[in-house]
Formats: sequence, structure tokens, C-alpha cells
Amino acid sequence: MFELIGVPPQALFGQLLLGLINGAFYALLSLGLAVIFGLMNVINFTHGAQYMMGAFAAWMLLTYAGVPYWGALVLAPVIIAGFGVLIERLFISRLYHLDHLYGLLLTFGLALIVEGLFRRQYGISGLPYTNPIPGGTNLGFMFLPWYRAWVVAFSLCVCLGTWFVIEKTQLGAYLRAATERPDLVQAFGINVPRMITLTYGFGVGLAALAGVLAAPIYSVNPVMGANLIIVVFAVVVIGGMGSIMGSIITGFGLGVIEGLTKVFYPEASNTVIFIIMAIVLMLRPQGLFGTAK
Amino acid sequence: MQRTQSWELWVIAALLALGVIAPLLVYPVFLMKVLCFALFATAFNLLIGYVGLLSFGHAMFFGFAAYVAGHLAKVGTVSLPYWLPWLGWNWIVIAIPPLTPELAILGGTLVAALIGLIVGAIAIRRQGIYFAMVTLALAQMVFFLCVQAKFTGGEDGIQAIPRRPLLGVLDVAHDLSFYYVVLAIFCVGFFVIYRTIHSPFGQVLKAIRENEARAISLGYAVSRFKLIAFVISAALAGLAGATKAMVFQLASLTDVTWQMSGEVVLMTLVGGMGTVFGPAVGAAIIVYMQNYLAGFGEWVLVIQGAIFVVAVLIFRRGIVGELVALLKQRGPKAAEPAETIAEVEPAQ
Repeated sequence: MFELIGVPPQALFGQLLLGLINGAFYALLSLGLAVIFGLMNVINFTHGAQYMMGAFAAWMLLTYAGVPYWGALVLAPVIIAGFGVLIERLFISRLYHLDHLYGLLLTFGLALIVEGLFRRQYGISGLPYTNPIPGGTNLGFMFLPWYRAWVVAFSLCVCLGTWFVIEKTQLGAYLRAATERPDLVQAFGINVPRMITLTYGFGVGLAALAGVLAAPIYSVNPVMGANLIIVVFAVVVIGGMGSIMGSIITGFGLGVIEGLTKVFYPEASNTVIFIIMAIVLMLRPQGLFGTAK
Repeated sequence: MQRTQSWELWVIAALLALGVIAPLLVYPVFLMKVLCFALFATAFNLLIGYVGLLSFGHAMFFGFAAYVAGHLAKVGTVSLPYWLPWLGWNWIVIAIPPLTPELAILGGTLVAALIGLIVGAIAIRRQGIYFAMVTLALAQMVFFLCVQAKFTGGEDGIQAIPRRPLLGVLDVAHDLSFYYVVLAIFCVGFFVIYRTIHSPFGQVLKAIRENEARAISLGYAVSRFKLIAFVISAALAGLAGATKAMVFQLASLTDVTWQMSGEVVLMTLVGGMGTVFGPAVGAAIIVYMQNYLAGFGEWVLVIQGAIFVVAVLIFRRGIVGELVALLKQRGPKAAEPAETIAEVEPAQ
């Protein structure tokens, strides 16, 4: 067996794939955060909880209603997005005239409520979710499980689709215009409050979609979102929230870097993203793709 | 120039008298816990209430100082890692005997101040929401360091931290006698914050909170002011954490988690951001609630979340903030304006 830089290729490519998968989740989540922040100036702390709810929705749909994975992949994000719309209408919309920090505090409180309720109901040991596409293929240098390949490919498509809609379509043009000057866009006859609500729902739906994708890989667990969201915050700080493509590239890139760190220096794998964040803040405070305000 | 309000001094005198007789009425360990969290929340409030910076990672100072104090009191000897090319990781070993409580707490406080200096220098490069996210992320990094470092004892934490005689002579093994030590520490910490707020330095901090661009144009080195405030806040949060470790004779991962960072935000929010006494009041309420609800398990999380939501939606000035506003309505001479960030419109 040949070795690459002193590491067996199985381990290297295995971790690289895991890194890509984590990167896919970082990208989907930071994309949702960026879209929501762009329009609403709210950092959605509930994002991690909504990711977790997506996974739980998939699990519940399978367990209680017999809806298979492919059905849940569509249904769960829609259900959780509906929940997000409700949250936005009931709570977040009351805070737009205040300092942005209140939005952060409110969504933090909501995240605690959701996590507490799920922990009470399901404990923290985690629930299994059957892999919908078992098996894989041997590429010669590594074993590629089908499901993992699917996650990377599918989330890449979703990310690029979101980028296309926001950057290249009429709807996206309205959205970007409303980000810059909501009052002016409103004056042109576009219902900006409804647009904000739907955008929040869309961001939440992306988080839930990531949750469904994660369910067969990691066990479905009430605390799966809380720890992830902090890493995603670091990803968002590194990338800057100015650009959609920036969020996607940073998400995947950092996932890969984290995976490589697991191979070459496992002790730092938990902290590498935070260290990168500190370095980026020293050199380029607005983030790699951010614009200085 | 804002002068110290005479009513504030009366309140302080009354609270001090209450603090002295309180252990006759209430269990001292509970009181010590309240005092530690009150100091923690007051230190946190220095940033959010007077500089307008929301730190979502204050647990890193609180919890790490607890570990440092616990280690100094139990083991003493410090081993610092360093790295050189080709030689790899090595250790500098500084032989120290196990320390008395006051030195251990001092050590914890100094280390917290040092971390505050590093973290502050990184975090103040961003403002507003980004500042919150950066502090949260850096606190999570400290959390992982605590999980992996050897001296913290991992999941077990540092247990059975000895409480040696204070200054080598005063026996504080009994909880009642240690209570008065904690009360004294709280008073010192509170006084430092009180003086900071009411000094010209504090006035500049408020100017930065209200209008940073204006403060810059007036010639203030805003970043330096922010950094100093951050270090003071971190050091006092560390003081609170180190003291808590000596109270419970335990330093554990609980105190470094992001949940702990969230709790201190909640305490300050409930009591009143930007008020002198609010955070301490909020800390007393939340600690009481946690003790009362300890048997309800996960419901505590739900209730805390619900309090967050209610406080943000309808109760932004907090208990003390509302009281002050009420007093101000009643009599024209009473009280300084409620200093919350609630009324500040977001800068576009």
C-alpha cells in the first residue's frame, strides 16, 4: 500500500470526504444565515435548532407516518420552514425597529426552548435513522459510500441553485434590492414584509434540509444543532456575510481543512476553524468575502 | 460630568448591611453562589450596558479562571507547553506549592485578564452581531482546550479543591466564615465596576456606546477604550469564577460551556442592562430559580428560553431598569435615565 505524505490514502481520503460532508452542512447553514441576515439584519441563533428539527422531522415522518427518506427530503424542510414563518410573524417581526442584538437574544431564547423540549421528550442519546442508499463503491484508493457521495453532490446543487436564484433571477434582484433599500423597494409596490417572512422561511428550510441530509450520517439528536451552530458562526465570520458564493466556498473549504486537520494533527481538529477565524480577524476583519462597511 | 447619585450610595449601604446579616437567614452556600454570579453578571454588564458590546463568550473567563484557581490551590505546580521547530512540544515547569485561597483566586483573575487581553484584541475588530459571534466562537475554542488539556481533569473536572487558611492564618474551611470572604471579594469587584462606570473613563465608554463615530471624531482612541473595558470585564468575570471554584471546591466543564455564557446574558437582561444593580438582582433571581427548579431537569432550559423571549419582547429594560423608569416618572428629581440599549435605533 502506498502512502501519501506519511498517511495511508484510505485515512486521508476518508477524512477528506467527511470534511466535504461537514463542509456541505457548513455551507447550507451559513448560506441560510447569510440570506436571513442580508434582508433582516438578524442573526438567527435558532438556526442550529432548526437544523436539528429538520432531522427530527425526517425521523418522525418515517417512524410515525411511514414517509420514506425521499419524501422527508421534501416534506421536512417545508414543515420546518412553515414553523420558521410562524416564528418570524409572531416574534421576530416585533424587533425590527430595535438594536440587532435583540434579534440575536430572542432567537437564542427560542433555540433554548426548542432544544429543551426535544431533550425532555427524546433524551440526548440519539435516535438511529436508516441509511436510504446503503452500499458504495471501491474507487481503488478509497471506499466511497453512496449516501455520502449523494450528500455532497446534492448539497452542492442546492447551494449553487440558491446562488443562481439570488444572483441571476428577477426574484433575486428584488431580494438584493430590498437588502440595500427596503423603503425604496416597498415604494415600487413590492410587499417587502411578506418577502422578509418568506426569506426567513427559506433560510430555515435550508437549515432543515441540512438536518434531513445529516440524519442518516449522524444519529438524530436534540443537541446536534447547538454545537454545530457555533462552528457555523465562525464560518460566517471567516467568510463575511456579504456574498452568497463566498458562503458556499468558505463552508466547503473549511470543512475540507477540518477534515485534513483530523488526519495530520487530530488534537487541533476541534479548534482549527476557530484559530482560522482569529487569524482572519487579525488580517482581514471584514471576512474573506465581506465588504468593509 | 455625571455625579454619583446619593440614592445609589444609600442602596449600597442598605445592601451591604443586608449582606452582613444574610447568612443568619439563608443558607451561606446559596448566598455565596448568588454573590459569585452577581459579580459575574455585573462584570458582563460593564460591556453590554456601558460599551454596547454583547459578549457571548464570558464563560471562558469565568470557567477558565475557576480551573486555574482550582489547580493552583490543589496542585500548585504549573506546566506551560511551548513549541519549537524540530524539537516539537516541550514543557516549562514552574514549581509552585499548593496556594492559599486568596493567591489561587488572584492567579485565576490574572489569567482571565490575560485571556481577556488576547480575546479582546481579536474580538473588538468587529462590532455588533459579529462581536457576539466572535466571542462565542473563541469561548467554544477555550471550551475544547479545557476538554483536552490535562490539568482540567476532562469530564471529572478538578474535584476536592482544598480551602487552606486565608493568608496562611485565617481558617475559612467553614462555609459561614468563607461567606464573609466572598462578600468582601464581591464588594471589591463591585466597587471596581462602580468606579469604572462613574469615572471619566466610563463617560467615554458611554459615548462610544451612543455614537462610536462621534467618539472617534472627538479624538478618542476607541479601540483602546474598548480593549481596556474588555480586560476589566474579563478579569472580574475571572474573579467571580475563581471564587466560585473555591466556594464549591470544584471546577468543572459546566462553567466553560456556551450555556453558561447564555446564562449570564439572561441574568443581566432580566435585571436590567446598563443599570448598576440590575445584573446582581437578575443573578439572584436566576440562581434562585435554578435551585428551585433543579428537580425539573430539561424544563429549566425551556423556562430559561421562555424568560429570554418574554424579556426581549416586552421587558427590555429589566427589573431595575423598569423601577428606575417608574421612579423617574414619579418625581422629576429622582434617578438617572434608564440606560438600556433598547431605545437606540440601529445605525444604518
